[in-house]
Amino acid sequence: MINFGYTVWIVLIPLFLFILIGFFGHKFKPIVSGIIGTSGLFASMAISYFTAYQYFFVLPKVGETFVKVIGFETTWLRFTEKLVIHLGVLLDPISVMMLIVITTVSFMVHLYSIGYMEGEKGYMRFFSFLSLFSFSMLGLVVATNIFQMYIFWELVGVSSYLLIGFYYTKDTAVAASKKAFIVTRFADLGFLIGILLLSFNTGTFDFITLTDPKGAAIAQGSGIMFLGLSTMTWSMIFIFMGGAGKSAMFPLHIWLPDAMEGPTPVSALIHAATMVVAGVYLVARLFPIFHFSAPVALDVVMYVGAFSSIFAAVIACTQFDIKRVLAYSTMSQIGMMMFALGVSGYGEEAGLGFMASMFHLFTHAFFKALLFLGAGAIIHAVHSNYMNEMGGLRKHLPITHITFLIACLAIAGIPPLAGFFSKDEILAASHQKAMWIFILGLIISGLTAFYMFRLYFSIFWGKDQHYHHTPHEAPKVMTIPLMLLSLGAIFAGLLPFSSFVTSDGKPFASHIDMAIAIPAVLVGVIGALTAMVFYRKETNIPEKISGFLGGFYRAAFRKFYIDEIYLFITRKIIFNYVSRPIAWFDRHIVDGSMNGISYVTNEVSGRIKGLQSGQLQTYAWVFVTGAVALALTFIYLWTN
Amino acid sequence: MDILTSFIVIPFLTIAGLVFCKDHKQVKLTAAIGMGIQLILAAVLIILFLRERAAGNMAEMLFVKDLVWFPSLNIHYLIGVDGISVAMIGLTSIVIFAGIFASWEVVELPKEFFIFLILLSSGVFGFFISLDLFTLFLFYEIAVIPMYLLIGIWGTGPREYSAMKLTLMLMGGSALILVGLLGLYFNSNPSGGQLTFSLLAISKVHIPVEIQKFFFPFLFIGFGVLGALFPFHTWSPDGHASAPTAVSMLHAGVLMKLGGYGCFRVAVFLLPEAAHELGWIFIILTTISVIYGAFGAIWQKDLKYINAYSSVSHCGMVLFAILMFNKTAMTGAVLQMISHGIMTALFFALIGMIYGRTHTRYINEMGGLMKVMPFLGVAYVIGGLASLGLPGFSGFVAEMTIFVGAFQNVDAFHRVATIIAVSSIVVTAVYILRVVGILLLGKINNEHYEHLGDAKWYERLSTGVLIFGITAIGMAPLWLSEMINGGLGPIIQRLLMASPIH
Repeated sequence: MINFGYTVWIVLIPLFLFILIGFFGHKFKPIVSGIIGTSGLFASMAISYFTAYQYFFVLPKVGETFVKVIGFETTWLRFTEKLVIHLGVLLDPISVMMLIVITTVSFMVHLYSIGYMEGEKGYMRFFSFLSLFSFSMLGLVVATNIFQMYIFWELVGVSSYLLIGFYYTKDTAVAASKKAFIVTRFADLGFLIGILLLSFNTGTFDFITLTDPKGAAIAQGSGIMFLGLSTMTWSMIFIFMGGAGKSAMFPLHIWLPDAMEGPTPVSALIHAATMVVAGVYLVARLFPIFHFSAPVALDVVMYVGAFSSIFAAVIACTQFDIKRVLAYSTMSQIGMMMFALGVSGYGEEAGLGFMASMFHLFTHAFFKALLFLGAGAIIHAVHSNYMNEMGGLRKHLPITHITFLIACLAIAGIPPLAGFFSKDEILAASHQKAMWIFILGLIISGLTAFYMFRLYFSIFWGKDQHYHHTPHEAPKVMTIPLMLLSLGAIFAGLLPFSSFVTSDGKPFASHIDMAIAIPAVLVGVIGALTAMVFYRKETNIPEKISGFLGGFYRAAFRKFYIDEIYLFITRKIIFNYVSRPIAWFDRHIVDGSMNGISYVTNEVSGRIKGLQSGQLQTYAWVFVTGAVALALTFIYLWTN
Repeated sequence: MDILTSFIVIPFLTIAGLVFCKDHKQVKLTAAIGMGIQLILAAVLIILFLRERAAGNMAEMLFVKDLVWFPSLNIHYLIGVDGISVAMIGLTSIVIFAGIFASWEVVELPKEFFIFLILLSSGVFGFFISLDLFTLFLFYEIAVIPMYLLIGIWGTGPREYSAMKLTLMLMGGSALILVGLLGLYFNSNPSGGQLTFSLLAISKVHIPVEIQKFFFPFLFIGFGVLGALFPFHTWSPDGHASAPTAVSMLHAGVLMKLGGYGCFRVAVFLLPEAAHELGWIFIILTTISVIYGAFGAIWQKDLKYINAYSSVSHCGMVLFAILMFNKTAMTGAVLQMISHGIMTALFFALIGMIYGRTHTRYINEMGGLMKVMPFLGVAYVIGGLASLGLPGFSGFVAEMTIFVGAFQNVDAFHRVATIIAVSSIVVTAVYILRVVGILLLGKINNEHYEHLGDAKWYERLSTGVLIFGITAIGMAPLWLSEMINGGLGPIIQRLLMASPIH
């Protein structure tokens, strides 16, 4: 047996970096923080690769299956005899895969940021927060129990808050960070309630016990019914609510586009490659419970994922801010991962959806991070986020241009790039489940190709705009990560993914089904070609089409007014009709009655005080009236 | 002299020292040294306590001392501690230590100010070590009365009104407590013979249920007033708004905890059957406190009001957890008392420091302060994150323990109450982030603020100690939670015996 104790350093190194840079960063030149942070992440990445090698190739399999290994564990807090929070490192195929993804992308982003953030105020702060994020995200994926996951889940939330609000003197950034935190916090409320329900019913937080298909947690069944659904289903739906919040699923997606106010490397790391897929990871982590004990909840995952995916793809076609297009694209791709999980069965071939979802998560991390970093290089060069203020940039930014094109081809699912393989598996899995979801998947693929190439052609082709100064290519420290990531976007799909990551840990051989691959590629190509016709040269076709679609286009452009609905509920209803009346009620009714009591006391004591006046006449008068009253009372009682 | 008595003696020695101080500087130094010793002593007590327990001394109370005080009424000076009181003593010494440094700039009658402040703290220490109900009540009064003078003389705004209101409401509470305590005393020996005020002795007798039900509301509401139980919380916003910094810190940080501590050490522990039967009324009230305080805080504009309402919410959680009657929730209640104590002291300290610079507490009149006072800004954000229950800080540990504990009650009533209480985590996030956004972030909206200075050394020390407290508990909560848990045995046992189900 191999000792995996060292894996704890993958998580701890970024924590130390955070403390080191956060407390002592200002003592040195800014660049020192950047270099320390980047080299620390490199160390973390190296250990992760070594772990992956040992886990997949050296560790003996038990009955052809990858086993779950606890690398490290310590008790953090004890609630009851059974409900104990451990902090530890759990290694299984999906967590090892996530370690690779997170450390790789995080390293690339660190490297890129050395150049991108140069000259910014708060350079050290930026790197310390990046390390904090990496620490939290790594802690999340290696969680041995659901409560550890929740702890790190909250921590990634706050790192995201801090990084979105990095430019804290900018009001939009502050508002966006607040929105992101509160919306995800609301979702986490569901997650927490789900955890409470689940742990109460199963008596454990531990993932290994919870997800063992033959274990006690699953064997006990779905529990009693409540409002038409079993308790297990309720708890899984609540837990999924947390996942939907983090992964920006409809209707909790509203924070993600605004989160683009953060620096672009942050968008690449947090809001494209790692944190936003935490929801997918959560469902995958608990997949056996979903499958065996709460199939209804798994259907919810499928519907929410599918709807979010098409919804976001439509909006992405109408936006002009390049980062927002990418944000909606991310939401759409995550939706695909979600419904891939939703359509999946359990065990080997039946678990194709599970494998496909993880595969897409893996490849998506590379090409989406690449797209964002490319977008960063473009914004860096032209100082604008809007694609209608760009054009003809391919001459000025050759490296960015090529890498961006690779990423676009990859996400559009053009073979033999990475996206083709993973998307193909998702479509195959949907095909097994139902025809409608397969067709939906095809439509989304077509839309994806269309909006990505709309972006690509608007930025790099068309007419040269009047820029403030001639755009120039980013420095090497930024282009190198682009080139490295584009290698990932090209080759990541060639991995035999199904021999590593499967729903039950047992490898199987997957293959490309031509009946699915050909239409998938075809819609991708059609989407891309349409975009070429529309946007390669300036034409008036897009205006005509948007005019033709009329109200639908305007609704999509305004993101289907979801933000306005939220604003209405929070500002108008919660603030005005809940919070304000409570504040008023408290000051006037509750406090008023307390003051009223003291007023009455005062008055009464004032009157009573008057009685003891020292005046004989008063006393005599009181005495006589009292005596008469008593006498009358007695007489009355007597006669009755 | 035994270690517990020295917790009362040292404050009085410090007060004696203060009387002879000549100038401002000496006063501050004496107070700081006295409370520094107190803090070290608290650390020593924790270590000694843990060592005794590790050595296998499982007596209900440790370091017990019993001296007869009034033989005719059988009043004793009976002291002793279990894990819970040790934890509360630790909290008190941290808060008072930080409070001394937060009031480093008091210029008006500094000597008297520190004397009253330390007198107040001695009452609190006495309260936590007392095992005799009469002595306990005496210390309670010692803690409450200096408050009137501290707010009335050193306060701001409508200070006479606030001081009067606060004192009268708390006095009303103590009147109820006194009735309850006398009720306990006269029923402390049902078989006839010597009556007693001893908490431990009363906990061994069985008081008839009817009598319990009569006296329970007196005790629970009486202590509840101090613990900001809805609807008796209204002294809190006014009182805090007018109180000077250190008094707010001590009051919200420690004094409000006397309420929670009294509720479960006296009311629930000694009257368990009544607690079971009448608990539901108070569960409703505390659930309201939790959510109502949080919503109330959203609309406020004065920093101190925000924190006062937030305290109503957080302290409501303490009483809520006590009424869940199981070990986990009660451990959470004590954790929450400690966590909220340090956290709110931190907030009031920071509010005082910010007010000292900007001369306003209205958040709309401030903005972008992070830029000019980064240390205080970061400290405020840390306090805020702790308050909204971020892992890594004490608030998370306490709240999660409460929620998991409360969820062990299976019936619909408890479930609904728990879920309502849990949902406060979202509302808390809303008001905290709103304040942080308006107050610290964004652009500076008043050019006078451009030249404000950041924290001085004593301010850094004061906030640093408190931040260390919340992070230390938040990172490694196990020892504290086990220590508290160990002290709950007798209380839970008595509750279980009284429980109608078992």
